Amino acid sequence: MLVEVKDIKKYFGLVKANDGITLTFKDGHIYGLLGENGAGKSTLMKILSGYQPPDSGTIFLDGKPILFDSPRSALAQGVGMLYQEPHDMPPFRIIDNYLLGRDDNILLNYRTAERELKEFSTRYGFSLDLDANVQSLSLGERQQLELIRLLAGGAEVLILDEPTTGISSEQKAILFESMRKLAREEGKTLILVSHKLEEVQELCDYAFILRKGKYIGGLDIPCPNEKLVEMMFGQIPPRTERPSFQLEQPVLDVRSVSISTYRLSVKDINLTIRAGEVFGLAGLEGSGQRLLMQTCAGLVRPDSGQIILDGKDITNWSYHKSKAADVAYIAAGRLEEGLVAGLTLTEHVVLARKEHSFFVDWASAKTDTLARIERYQIVGRPDSTADELSGGNQQRLLFGLLEPKLKLILLEHPTRGLDVQSTNYIWDLLYQRRADGTAIMFISPDLDEIIERSDRIAVFSGGVMSRIVDAKTTSAEELGHFIGGQL
Amino acid sequence: MNESELIRIFSSIILQAAPLMIAVCGETITERAGVVNLSLDGTMLMSAMTGFVVALNTGSVWWGFLAAAGVGAFFAFIVSFSSIRLRQSQVAVGFVLTLLGDDLSAFLGQNYTRIPGPVVKFLPIPILGDIPILGPLFFDHDIVVYFAFALVGVTWWWLFRTQPGLHLRGTGERPEAAFARGVNVNRVRYLYTLVGGALVGIAGAAYSLDIKVGWAEGYTRGLGWIALAIVIFGGWSPIRGALGAILFGATKALATILQRTFPEVSVVAFNAIPWILMILVLLVVGSESIERIILLMPRTLQRPLRRILRAAPPMALGTTFGEK
Amino acid sequence: MKNKSWGEKIWPIVPILASLGFGASLLVMFGASPGESFSAMWEGAFGNQANTLSVVAFWIPLLLSSAGLLTTFTAGLWNIGIEGQIIMGSIAASWIALKLEGPIFLLITLEILVAMIAGALWAGFVGILKTRGGVHEIFSGLALNNLAIILTNYLISGPWQPPEGGTFRGTAPFQDAALLPRFAESRFAPISLVFVIIAVGVVFVTLRGTSWGLKLKALGKNPRSAFLLGVSSEREAILSLMFCGGLAGLAGAVRVLSWFDSLRQSISGGIGFLALLVVMLASYRILWVPLIAFFFSAVLNGSITLQLRTQLHSSLGGILTAVMVLFVLLFGQGKVLGIGKTKKPPGLDADIPESGR
Repeated sequence: MLVEVKDIKKYFGLVKANDGITLTFKDGHIYGLLGENGAGKSTLMKILSGYQPPDSGTIFLDGKPILFDSPRSALAQGVGMLYQEPHDMPPFRIIDNYLLGRDDNILLNYRTAERELKEFSTRYGFSLDLDANVQSLSLGERQQLELIRLLAGGAEVLILDEPTTGISSEQKAILFESMRKLAREEGKTLILVSHKLEEVQELCDYAFILRKGKYIGGLDIPCPNEKLVEMMFGQIPPRTERPSFQLEQPVLDVRSVSISTYRLSVKDINLTIRAGEVFGLAGLEGSGQRLLMQTCAGLVRPDSGQIILDGKDITNWSYHKSKAADVAYIAAGRLEEGLVAGLTLTEHVVLARKEHSFFVDWASAKTDTLARIERYQIVGRPDSTADELSGGNQQRLLFGLLEPKLKLILLEHPTRGLDVQSTNYIWDLLYQRRADGTAIMFISPDLDEIIERSDRIAVFSGGVMSRIVDAKTTSAEELGHFIGGQL
Repeated sequence: MNESELIRIFSSIILQAAPLMIAVCGETITERAGVVNLSLDGTMLMSAMTGFVVALNTGSVWWGFLAAAGVGAFFAFIVSFSSIRLRQSQVAVGFVLTLLGDDLSAFLGQNYTRIPGPVVKFLPIPILGDIPILGPLFFDHDIVVYFAFALVGVTWWWLFRTQPGLHLRGTGERPEAAFARGVNVNRVRYLYTLVGGALVGIAGAAYSLDIKVGWAEGYTRGLGWIALAIVIFGGWSPIRGALGAILFGATKALATILQRTFPEVSVVAFNAIPWILMILVLLVVGSESIERIILLMPRTLQRPLRRILRAAPPMALGTTFGEK
Repeated sequence: MKNKSWGEKIWPIVPILASLGFGASLLVMFGASPGESFSAMWEGAFGNQANTLSVVAFWIPLLLSSAGLLTTFTAGLWNIGIEGQIIMGSIAASWIALKLEGPIFLLITLEILVAMIAGALWAGFVGILKTRGGVHEIFSGLALNNLAIILTNYLISGPWQPPEGGTFRGTAPFQDAALLPRFAESRFAPISLVFVIIAVGVVFVTLRGTSWGLKLKALGKNPRSAFLLGVSSEREAILSLMFCGGLAGLAGAVRVLSWFDSLRQSISGGIGFLALLVVMLASYRILWVPLIAFFFSAVLNGSITLQLRTQLHSSLGGILTAVMVLFVLLFGQGKVLGIGKTKKPPGLDADIPESGR
């Protein structure tokens, strides 16, 4: 199916998310849609898949102008989109999840559904446990399920939005293989939205680059990475120099720690982090890194083993006790698990303090807040509420709330959803901290970030910490292999 | 106590539980769609009063039930409309309606208190009613009881074995994903809130026209709250909810038996049983104890056990669905 | 603040007028004249000194309860159990009144103290059930309300029955030294005015100017984030309930020691539920609460005279107050009485890079 988008415009208030974009996608090809955060890729694809209407512009399928009023009507006309977080129903059984919205019959036809699921799975090399609930599946498996549903629903055009974040390298290989099959053998049109250049180089035939809502240009793939980067950013962003650092005595000592929850068990973890060290945890979502970090923060109690902080046994300490002992924990969800929407910056500053006076001195709190706004370059006023800030500024605010001298900072996805400038700024702040002797442990699904920023990396796979490697001597491919379990 | 007396007691438990089963089914489907209708207690009072008054004036219980269903649907509509269109808190609106229903039913029904009225006719099923034990228990009742049981079965089938049931459950779990699959989320919410409310209305009238015929101020007070608690206890499943309703119905019978055995203990103590039971029942469901027990079971049993004993609310319960 | 148009300024009155209209139509339906009825209500509320003082005397426990509820609402809790907390306060105060003897200031001090403790503990129970047991405070509050009522009935008809025999009406009248001194022949005890002024002041300062108040505010908006920022979510939830319970207990003591002179069957008079309505109508703003509580008190006291006059059921007062809150929720559209700020449009999914940074 030939897909053309002509002069698509979409504005959110004053922001021009899509500012007159015109592109053509031919069947039998795999296209890459590149651009940094905020370039407008997701917005455009949401319009193309029927999730939201454009403010102006038209979509043509095989030359006919088309209007979608919902994702379902888009799928009925052949366009389906696989989201980073698939639109499935976690508590449902797989078969019920597959059947929801499939047709208009009142009765559910389980036999046909089972047959179709098995057929599609074998065709593309997926392996699914049909009796399970959706929420027990890994992200990669949920993606496979969603792909099957889209294909069974008649998709001729498949859009995949950042599909490889958080899936194993085996699953990625299976996914890419299936994409090639769909394009070459079945003549479908595939669009891969990504910011990962290596994947686009590996998979795509052609790349469209967007920047700040506009279409910049297209390139045949393969091509030199620098050309892509130049078009994406306008200029090559300077690689921040990683300063060499002299590491000192151990700060965190994890000895034979085993943790179990009803979803996951992590066994026998051993690692030591020294003052000023940046320690990255690599692995798929749900492999145990988050659990380990939460245990170090005091949010989860380990079943066995010991955690020693600066010589003190903090194994069974509560979160608040660890926090008072200068262990900081910043979760991934800034507004869900960190900031309070509706509270002002000043109120956050007062709340986050270690000691609380009975009565609040609002005047001095405001002065304190202004100082932190200045120091951390937060775009906002003391009386702005946390939800009024952009993501990058929220992250800076979270940093601004930290105590001045900390022993250990635990970060989940510190640069999630941030553009390059904000990312560099956050890491500058973190490197300033490590110069003070603070140890830093962080999780990131982005292997490049882990390799670039860490001193050492721990690899997690299926609840086991398989090894610790030196960041300087490893590469993204090697790490990927380790994560995939190939020791 | 001999066998026939025991059977009679159980039979009366079933009768007492029937209206509660209907109300629990109704609220279960409302909450499965993502709407919590806290006005149940007030709705049941209003519908009990309305059902009785209309039945008295028309001479027919069926008009009474119809009017009561209308009242129930109307109250439910107010809750869903204010949540979906006006973006108000479902809990706030529901709570105000509960208080309003209590006062309004007392005011509007003031001329109808303690008057006899039409009753639902007794309707034993011919052959089935003669089966020993099961007969008097299940087939020797009136149409309200049969309706209650049929409703539980139909609700279960609708929820778990039909496409519209998937739509309903999807709306309550992840409305954005349901929307992406083509479900009109708000329309589904309106529909099942109205149906659920109508059923609650029928349940209210089942009291004033069947169980305890007549009307007085505060007649069914407390039952709506118990129904809400049973929905939670039932894990938002109609069958478990029905079992919960029967359990609560049993407490009344138990109270009568205990009262006879221990006449010295004051009657007020037995009034306390349903409320203590409510707290206990919610404690069991709300704490981590169920999950811990499941973890002790062998691996193969865990998945089906978790499915039966699950007590997690629909993920989108109480939320509003935004326009995109 | 932008300049409001004429329509916007007038708008808040509309739901109030609509609810009066609703009440009027109910009256007409039952053959009473709305004009006469409303004038009867006015007379019942402010017609003479005794009536006016009754309005004030009813207003005080209502305001105490409402002030307490502001705390729990700030913490994001629905303290439906306040009715039971008031009752337990009354029971505790009655216990002192019936069992002890002594000079008046000693008795009253003890009564107030145990009443506040009883209310706080009853509320604390709700808090523990919620934090340790995962039981929603609406249900535990409700169950405990009913248990408190059952306890009252048991005491009145059993151990505390008056010498003439248990009649479910109430205990024997308390000794004079146990009662709050009243003004003239009314039910109004001037000292309770002192209590309520202090209470409202304490609540105001607590919520606006203390760290604890800020913690509650964070807890109410986002319990998880509040916890991660260092707030002991469980402890503060329980404390806010106990704080409210203490004020509710005080309200219960005022009820049983000045409005009545003994423990009665409906000792709380629905004040707890009414207080919830007051705070909702005031859209959780502390400065509105005393005014609206007074208004409700006038309406309810007036409706008693209405019943005497027209033989209509006195629940009309309750209907008017509930309908008023309902209409404000339905028609207010968030702009009435300044509820919250206007909702912002849904944010973007991706981050737009900051310019100039």
